[in-house]
Amino acid sequence: MKNVWKKVAALCVAAAMAVPFTGCQSNGNSTADNSTGDNAGTAAEGGVLKIGGIGPVTGGAALYGIAVKNAAELAVKEINENGGINGMQVEFKFEDDVHDAEKSVNAYNSLKDWGMQILMGSVTSTPCQAVVEETHNDNMFQLTPSGSAVESIKYDNAFRVCFSDPNQGSASAKYIGENGIASKVAVIYNSSDVYSTGIYEKFAEEAENQPFEIVSAEAFTDDSKSDFTVQITKAKDAGAELVFLPIYFQEASLILQQANSLGYAPKYFGCDGLDGLLDVENFDISLAEGVMLLTPFAADATDDATVSFVKAYTDAYGETPIQFAADAYDALYIIKAAAEKAGITADMSVSDMGTALSKAMTEITVDGLTGSGITWDAAGEPTKEPKAVKIVITEAEDGTKSGAYAAM
Amino acid sequence: MTFLNYLINGLSLGSVYAIIALGYTMVYGIAKMLNFAHGDIIMVGAYIIYYSMTSFGIDPILSIVISMVLCTVLGVVIERVAYRPLRNASSSLAVLITAIGVSYLLQNTALLMFSANTKTFSSVVAIDPIKLFDGQLTISGEAIVTIAVCIVIMVGLTLFVNKTKAGQAMQAVSEDKGAAQLMGINVNGTIALTFAIGSALAAVAGALMCSTYPNLTPYTGTMPGIKAFVAAVFGGIGSIPGAMIGGLLIGIIEILGKAYISSQLADAIVFAVLIIVLLVKPTGILGKNIQEKV
Repeated sequence: MKNVWKKVAALCVAAAMAVPFTGCQSNGNSTADNSTGDNAGTAAEGGVLKIGGIGPVTGGAALYGIAVKNAAELAVKEINENGGINGMQVEFKFEDDVHDAEKSVNAYNSLKDWGMQILMGSVTSTPCQAVVEETHNDNMFQLTPSGSAVESIKYDNAFRVCFSDPNQGSASAKYIGENGIASKVAVIYNSSDVYSTGIYEKFAEEAENQPFEIVSAEAFTDDSKSDFTVQITKAKDAGAELVFLPIYFQEASLILQQANSLGYAPKYFGCDGLDGLLDVENFDISLAEGVMLLTPFAADATDDATVSFVKAYTDAYGETPIQFAADAYDALYIIKAAAEKAGITADMSVSDMGTALSKAMTEITVDGLTGSGITWDAAGEPTKEPKAVKIVITEAEDGTKSGAYAAM
Repeated sequence: MTFLNYLINGLSLGSVYAIIALGYTMVYGIAKMLNFAHGDIIMVGAYIIYYSMTSFGIDPILSIVISMVLCTVLGVVIERVAYRPLRNASSSLAVLITAIGVSYLLQNTALLMFSANTKTFSSVVAIDPIKLFDGQLTISGEAIVTIAVCIVIMVGLTLFVNKTKAGQAMQAVSEDKGAAQLMGINVNGTIALTFAIGSALAAVAGALMCSTYPNLTPYTGTMPGIKAFVAAVFGGIGSIPGAMIGGLLIGIIEILGKAYISSQLADAIVFAVLIIVLLVKPTGILGKNIQEKV
């Protein structure tokens, strides 16, 4: 009997260790193998331009990869219907990487076997960092819609559509300053997190040039992230009108609740990490009323480009596009603009195409969903006007509250 | 006035650590093992309360009782399945590692069942905050209740251990398992009872911790669990009043360190103080120096 229990205990431990991995494994072998574009019409006069995409369409980050894949396919369809790029029809193929660096490199290699000439990806930062090493070796032009880590585009052949993590900080500071949202600002950030610290440092740097003052900047760490009373009290005592939160929404939801119970009601401003605040279960979302977020895209904006994109996307896929979809849609049109500027033809080698496109990227100006008049520097970082959205809470007649992001 | 506010926040945080530390120290004192899964039982207890309140609309007090019963069952089962078979293992390390395994098992099971999505815990305390000096000083209802419950549990446990037959059996088992068995004490039963009490306390701790800091995820119990363990060592592990004093002090040091030294160094300060205390008094503030019989 004793031995039986020992085995059960051993099994329990083994099970405990196995659980975190099973989730990945069950998804690991499926590869999205959808190519769109005009396969039959390869005889079009300019030939065919093969663009590959990489991102997670299964696993935990699937939401992002699917949005990118859908929006990219939508853009490719539109581009082909309107005559393609330099007379070339675009063929697009998207490979799954399950948000895993190694699988992303595998996906890159299989796309190369397919004949990819330009890469639109990877969608998430860490896989993107692995793939950029490969594209650098091949000098293939790479444009990531949403890989926001600094290292994701560290070579000359790589560019991005979204703001980098630290640049969200300077963009936030500019937005707050130029729109006169507050004159005294407090910051609460996570000093044990690269994302948060990166944003905070750039924010503080840019704040020097802006007409507001940082009156308190307090940190917390992953090991002590439940009590924020000190940070909130300091912000309150310093008279901050706005609290900048370059953190994730889980901690932000606690800060909102604790500030409320301390009787402090400042304005709040955050970056893309706050996206998800409204999805915390059982959270009193009325506390989030008026929270501002820096995001490149709000699906309910009323400009023509956004309206027609949202309509086309919703018609095709039955859901409202998220910001990753907008980034990917823009990415395809950016590739188009750069290819036209550089005079790309289908018979160029991948490396020649890479050199020409990288040069053209620094010369073009693109109006897209995620910003107008976007330009790029040689490092691959976009320059564009930051946009912000505000959380608006509406209360239905039966008292249930719902939140939405509204353009500001 | 700000200082007083910080002090009260520190007491409030410290009382959460103290109530968790009571469970740790209780189990350590009797069974002489570190139950690293204690923090995760707290998390399970909090989920049970969350679901019985939101999904079934059960009254908060009744929810806590349900949670205490279920946690007690869970604690006893864990002890029976994972710890007891290893009690006479050659190395005391085996049971320690198993406890870490149980901790991961609970976390990952919770991850599967409840998902990683953050849930906001509704407070089980319906007492309005006390405002003093025209609202400059606020003491939350949760803090008052947590401290009160802490004191009640501390006194109750001390009386139980010293005055009842079962409590005295616990002391005997704690001092010498072999001798206790020879005297006719049911050692396994006594240790199971210890785990039952420890786990019931975990459910109460879960309710009060999540009322004060209402984010509930499968990892909610981990960090407070470790801090409470530190608090128990700080106060003298095995000592019931020591756990309470240790918890309160750790909370106050953490908050004041954050407020007056550096918010980035809060934990470094806490652990530096721990090291100093242990250098001066290796058994902790109230720890007894028991001579090993040779």
